[in-house]
Amino acid sequence: MSSPHNLSVPTPTEENLARRTRPTKTDLADRLFRYLMYAASGISVAILLLMGWIITGQALPAIKQFGLGFLVSREWNVPDLQFGALPLIYGTLGSGLISLIFAIPIGVAVAIVTSEDLLPHWLRSSIAFTIELLAAIPSVVFGLWGFYTLIPILLPLQQFLYTKFGTTIPLFSTEPSGSGLLTAGMLLGIMILPTLAAVSREVLLVVPGYLRTGSMALGATRWETIFRVVLPKAFSGIIGGVMLALGRALGETMAVTMVIGNAENISPSVFSPAYSIPAILANTFAEAQEDIHVGALTYLVLILFLLTLTVNIGAIGLVRLVERGEKSS
Amino acid sequence: MREIHKPAQELETAIQVNNLSFFYGASRALESINMTIFKNHVTAIIGPSGCGKSTFIKALNRIGELEGKIKTEGQVELYGQDIYHPQVNLNQLRRQVGMVFQKPNPFPMSIYENVAYGVKIGEEKVQRSELDNIVESALQGAAIWNEVKDKLHKSALGLSGGQQQRICIARALAVKPKVLLMDEPCSALDPIATIKIEDLIHSLRNDLTIAIVTHNMQQAARVSDYTAFFSTDESRIGRMVEFGETKQIFSFPVDKRTNDYVSGRFG
Amino acid sequence: MATKLTTPLSPLRNVFDRGMTVLAFGLTIVGILPLISVLWNIISKGLPGLTAVMFTKPIIDDGFANAVVGTLTMITIASLLSIPIGIATGIYLAEYQPTTRINRTIKFLTTILTGVPSIVVGIFTYNAVVLVSKRLFDFSYSAVAGGIALAILMLPIIALTTEEVLKLVPNNFRLASSGLGGSKFQTITRIILPAAVPALTTGVLLAVARGIGETAPLLFTALFAQDWADNLTSPTASLPILIFNLYNDPDPVKNQLVWTASLFLLGVVLVINLPARFLANRNR
Ligand SMILES: Nc1ncnc2c1ncn2[C@@H]1O[C@H](COP(=O)(O)OP(=O)(O)OP(=O)(O)O)[C@@H](O)[C@H]1O
Ligand SMILES: [Mg+2]
Repeated sequence: MSSPHNLSVPTPTEENLARRTRPTKTDLADRLFRYLMYAASGISVAILLLMGWIITGQALPAIKQFGLGFLVSREWNVPDLQFGALPLIYGTLGSGLISLIFAIPIGVAVAIVTSEDLLPHWLRSSIAFTIELLAAIPSVVFGLWGFYTLIPILLPLQQFLYTKFGTTIPLFSTEPSGSGLLTAGMLLGIMILPTLAAVSREVLLVVPGYLRTGSMALGATRWETIFRVVLPKAFSGIIGGVMLALGRALGETMAVTMVIGNAENISPSVFSPAYSIPAILANTFAEAQEDIHVGALTYLVLILFLLTLTVNIGAIGLVRLVERGEKSS
Repeated sequence: MREIHKPAQELETAIQVNNLSFFYGASRALESINMTIFKNHVTAIIGPSGCGKSTFIKALNRIGELEGKIKTEGQVELYGQDIYHPQVNLNQLRRQVGMVFQKPNPFPMSIYENVAYGVKIGEEKVQRSELDNIVESALQGAAIWNEVKDKLHKSALGLSGGQQQRICIARALAVKPKVLLMDEPCSALDPIATIKIEDLIHSLRNDLTIAIVTHNMQQAARVSDYTAFFSTDESRIGRMVEFGETKQIFSFPVDKRTNDYVSGRFG
Repeated sequence: MATKLTTPLSPLRNVFDRGMTVLAFGLTIVGILPLISVLWNIISKGLPGLTAVMFTKPIIDDGFANAVVGTLTMITIASLLSIPIGIATGIYLAEYQPTTRINRTIKFLTTILTGVPSIVVGIFTYNAVVLVSKRLFDFSYSAVAGGIALAILMLPIIALTTEEVLKLVPNNFRLASSGLGGSKFQTITRIILPAAVPALTTGVLLAVARGIGETAPLLFTALFAQDWADNLTSPTASLPILIFNLYNDPDPVKNQLVWTASLFLLGVVLVINLPARFLANRNR
C-alpha cells in the first residue's frame, strides 16, 4: 500500500478551477467544428424550403388566375394564353404508369434471379452489377438511344398492333409514328429498372432463409415458396422500391422529351404523341415570354414537385415500415 | 418412458440408414452412419456441438441440399425406398418426412394459413370445410388448439415462442407426414414451453415416428425410446459412437465416450 | 407404407416451377439487353468520329472541346460546393445525436431533396441564381449557375452516402478515441473520417459521375454556347446539352458530333462508375 499522501487530490484552488472552465484550444476547435456541421446540414434543408417557396411564389399569379381548375382543364394553347395542365399530367402519369408495367416484372425477376440461389454466386452478383450499371447511363444518352434505336425497333411492332387491333382496342387506335406515350413509357421503364431491381433485391436478400427452408420442408417447390412466402414477406419493401422508381420516372426529363412526341394530347391510344411536365418545361420554359405563360409553366413545376414529393414520401414511409418490421421480428 | 416390450428385431423400420457419409463441398462431415429409426418410436440423437447431428437429421429429408453443394454416400431408406435415388421427388419426400426447426419459423401469415399452407400446396384439391377440419385436428394434435382457436386468423408472429413452435409442429402435422424430424425444437424455449413440447412428443408417438436432436440429456432420456450418440474427434468428422435403447445408453453405455458424455464428463 | 417417392410432381406444379424459372431468366435477359444495345450503339456510331481535333475545336468548328471544358468547369464548381457541404451534412447526420428528432427531420428532408426531379432543380436555380445574378451583377446564364444547379443535385446524394458510410465505422473506434480523452472533433477527423475514406471516395465519385451526365439542371442555368465561354459568368456549353441541342440536327457532321460526344460522355461516366461500383459492391 502506498501512503495516503500519494492518493490525495490537489485541493481545488481558484486557479485550478479557472483552468478547467476556460475553453482550451481543442474545446474551441470542437465547438467550431460542431457549428460548421450544423450549418452545413441546414443548407440542404434551406435549399428545399427555398425551392418550395420560390416555386410557389412564381406560380402564384397562375394559381390565382387558373385556380385548381388548371388541373382538369384540357386546353394548352400558348397563342391564346389558355393553359390547362390535364394533357401534361396525363402524359406524365401515363408514361410513368407504362414504365411501371414494364419495369415491375423485369425488376422483380432480376431481383429474384439475383437473390435466390438459382445461379452460382458469381453470376448472380455479375447480373446485379450489370443491371446496376444501367443507372449510370446519363438520361440524355438514353434519349439518344431511344430516338435512334428503340423507336425503329418498336415502330414495326406498334404498326402491327395498330393494323391488327386498331379498330377494336382503343389503346392501339391511332397510327403510330414512333414517338409517343408507349415509347416514352418503355424507355422510362428501362431507366427505372435498376432502382426497382436494386431495392427489390435488397428486400429479398433480407427475407430470412428459415422461411424458405420452412416452406420447402413442407414439400413446396421453389416457386411456390417464392410466390407464397418470400414475395408476400417482401411485398411492402418492393412497393417502396416501385414508388421510388415511379418518383424517378415522373421527374425524368431528357429521355422522355426526346421520344414522347411533344404534343399536348389526351388520347386513349398509347401510340399517340403526348407531352409530360418535365418535357414541356425542357422545351418551352426558356422561350416563354408572357408572364402568365411562365406562371403556368411554374405552376406545372409546382405540380411536379408536389407529385414527386408525395410519391417519395410514400416510398420512404414504406421503407421505414419495413425496417421497423425487421427490428421487431 | 414407455416400456419397449418387443425386441428390436421385430419392430417395424421407418428409416434405415446404411453407411451414410455426408460431405459439405469437399469436406466430410459424417462418416459411415448406420442406424435404424423405428416406426412409432422416438429416436433421440445426442452428441457434442459440431458432431453433425443437424447434418444427419437434415440428410433424412434432404433439406440440407438447400444450403449449398453437398454430397452423400451410402443409403437412406424410407420404408424401403432409397431417398437418394435420382428419380426421387423431393417435394414428395419432404411431405412424408416433416421437419421442425430449432428456431420457431412460422410464416408471416395467420395461424390458420400457416397450418393450411402445406395442405394447400399439395396435389389434392381440398374443400374449405375439409381444410378447416385438417387445420383443427393438426392444431389439436400439436396441443395448441385451445390456446389459438379464437384467433385463428391473427398473425402467427404474435404468439409466444413456445406457441409458435407448436404452430410449426401443427404445420408439419397437417400434411400427415410419416416421420417427423426435430432439430433441437426446445432450445429457444423456456422450461414450461419445453415441457409442453415434450408431452406433445409423447402423444405424437402413437401415430408418428419421431427423430429428435437434442442437447439436453434429460430431455433425451425423458422423451426417447432409442438414442444415438454421435461424436467427433480432431478430424472434425462426425461418427455414430453408439446406438441403442435409451435406457441402456443412459444406464449401461458400452462405449467409454458415451459414458463420459451422458454422465457429463465430456470435454 | 409410404407413398412412392418417385411419384413425379404433378404436371401443373412441374410446369409452373420450370416455367417460372424460364420466365425469370428470360425477363432478366430482357433487362440486360438495353445496356448492351446502348453500349454497342454509342460505341459503334461514336467511335468513327473520335479524333484528336474534337478535343481542340469548339462546337462551331465541329469539335466539342468547349463542351468538355464547360462540363469540367461546372462539375468542378459543383464538386467544390457540394463535396464539403455534403460530407459535413453526412457527419452531422451520423455523428451528432443521430436519434434526435431534429436530426431525423434533416435526414428526411435531405432524402426528399434527392428525389426532387432534376428539371425542378434547374428551374429553381434559374429563379434563385440566374435571375438574381442578372439583377445584381449583370450576368445571367453562366457556368456558375450551372455549377450551382449540379451542386444542388449532388449535395444530398453525397450527404446520405457519407452518413451511410460513417455509420458503418465500428462504434468501438468512437468509444476508444473518446475514452482516451479525444474530443468529438478529434475523433471524427483523426479516426472516423480516415477509416471511412475509401468508401467515402467511392460515394463521392458516384455523385460526381451523376453530375457529369445531368442535362436538365443546365438547360436554364448554363444554357449553351457554340464557342468558347469568355469566363465563368457567360453561357457555357456542356456535353449533355450539346447532345440534347443537336441530336436531331439535319447536318450529318453535327450528327456525328452528337454520337462522338455521347461516346466520350458515356466513357467518362463509366470509367468513374465501373471501379467505384465494383469497390462499393465488394466492400458490402
Ligand atoms: N452448410 C455448411 N457448409 C459447410 N460446413 C457445414 C455446414 N453446416 C455445418 N457444417 C459443418 O459440419 C459440421 C457439423 O455441423 P452440424 O451443424 O451438423 O453440427 P451439430 O451437431 O448440429 O452441432 P450443434 O449441436 O452445434 O447444432 C460442423 O463442423 C460444421 O462446421
Ligand atoms: Mg445443430
